[in-house]
Amino acid sequence: MALYSDKVFDHFRNPRNVGVIENADGVGEVGNTVCGDIMKMYIKIDDGRISDVKFETFGCGSAIASSSMATEMIKGKPLDEAMQLTNKAVAEALDGLPAHKLHCSVLAEEAIQAALIDYYTRKGLELPEELKKAAERAAKDEH
Amino acid sequence: MYIYADNAATTKMSQTAADTMVRCMQEYWGNPSSLYMTGQKAKEVLEQARTDVASVINAQPREIIFTSGGSEADNQAIRSAAAAGAKKGKKHIISTAFEHHAVLHTLKKLESEGFEVTLLPVHENGIVVPAELEAAIRPDTCLVTIMYANNEIGTIQPIRELGAICRKHGVLFHTDAVQAVGHLPIDVQTDNIDMMSASAHKFHGPKGCGFLYVKKGIVLTNLIEGGAQERGKRAGTENVPGIAAMAAALKEAAGSMQKNSAHQTALRDRLIEGLSNIPHSALNGDASMRLPGNVNFCFEGIEGESLLLLLDDRGISASSGSACTSGSLDPSHVLLAIGRVHDVAHGSLRLTLGEDATEEQVDYIIKNVAEVVEHLRGFSPVWRELKEGKRSYIL
Repeated sequence: MALYSDKVFDHFRNPRNVGVIENADGVGEVGNTVCGDIMKMYIKIDDGRISDVKFETFGCGSAIASSSMATEMIKGKPLDEAMQLTNKAVAEALDGLPAHKLHCSVLAEEAIQAALIDYYTRKGLELPEELKKAAERAAKDEH
Repeated sequence: MYIYADNAATTKMSQTAADTMVRCMQEYWGNPSSLYMTGQKAKEVLEQARTDVASVINAQPREIIFTSGGSEADNQAIRSAAAAGAKKGKKHIISTAFEHHAVLHTLKKLESEGFEVTLLPVHENGIVVPAELEAAIRPDTCLVTIMYANNEIGTIQPIRELGAICRKHGVLFHTDAVQAVGHLPIDVQTDNIDMMSASAHKFHGPKGCGFLYVKKGIVLTNLIEGGAQERGKRAGTENVPGIAAMAAALKEAAGSMQKNSAHQTALRDRLIEGLSNIPHSALNGDASMRLPGNVNFCFEGIEGESLLLLLDDRGISASSGSACTSGSLDPSHVLLAIGRVHDVAHGSLRLTLGEDATEEQVDYIIKNVAEVVEHLRGFSPVWRELKEGKRSYIL
């Protein structure tokens, strides 16, 4: 059996939406170098939709593939849909991840939430319910 | 191009070893414990292998115990010394922080059984300081176990000196020589070794086969109870084909050691030089006191598993000490032991060249590692922060 599914390998070898958005409307970064994974997501919002998304990732094959897949899944989507992206959906879209790599898909979900939280915060808007829990968790992680 | 550069993980069986194994299975398939001719023929093969193995390391045949490999040999050596020590009320063991897990986990178990373990530092260069060993020895020390050469960074320990210190203080000295046997000239007499573990598949022999050298007079504790094989110290019908193939491989390795070593060392140094040109990279472990084929680097701003997978795509088999390749959250304990912080330990690459490696292959590796590192740094948020001065370079 191969280490990863063909889909993981495809997204790892040819990651989609790689890079940086200058003047992004929201930026989210999760993970740390101690555990060995950092994901950074940049989003551009137009008319309540994710008009563009880019990522940078320091991490293993599944971390890179998870980031890539997650950006594909939210690109062009309305905000309320994007904020509901789950790690489970990312892992499923990749035809599954090995059990000890599931945390990579969790990081992808959290990175997108972090970018959205950043967007709402910058705009001075109240966080939607879906993002409140994520924001609380992120605040706790920082301590 | 396909390049197998993970010879520290395992080696391809030599043709001689494979031929020996097959011939043994077809011709000497008897049980060495049987009295009739078919059994006695197998017994002869077994004892010839014992003599051959012993002569390569300057031991007596009766000082060789065949095992299932390096891990079993490590376990048995340490367990035996601990049991002998406990009988005299000596329950202190000295080792190092960067041993193989076969040693470290056995020591952990002994700690839970009331033993005290001191792990010596291995410093930035990955080498134990003999004076620090001497200072750590106590009246209740029953064993010192220090690997001959490290499996990840390839650093070679001053075994002769360490052994002499142990002799002076009357403490048993065991060395896990799994990476060294067949690659370095080992003489258990002049190296002052009491017990030594080896594994056949690290020197082009078969997997599932190894040996423990035990100096005459040292009493072993059984890990496996049963029949009287291996002087009653390791029960179970002997793996005659494996043992014969191991002996054949070891003889072959010993015979061409000088030539191989010179060849591999030159290629190793060429590889080290080439990889050093990658910015913000660093060699792990001492540059000269290291195994002929071992190269181990850290590259800042990237993670090792993605590096390995992309090198695999380009036909290069290597390994890494990143957490993602170990299945745990921590990167290699060896890299942490030589003082590499987590941030860079995750970005490590081990390349272990074989005897048949070529300059062309080494140059191909250098070119491709440089390209893949650059590719991964191209979308690494860590690398961006380093470049923009928001984070300080470690390497």
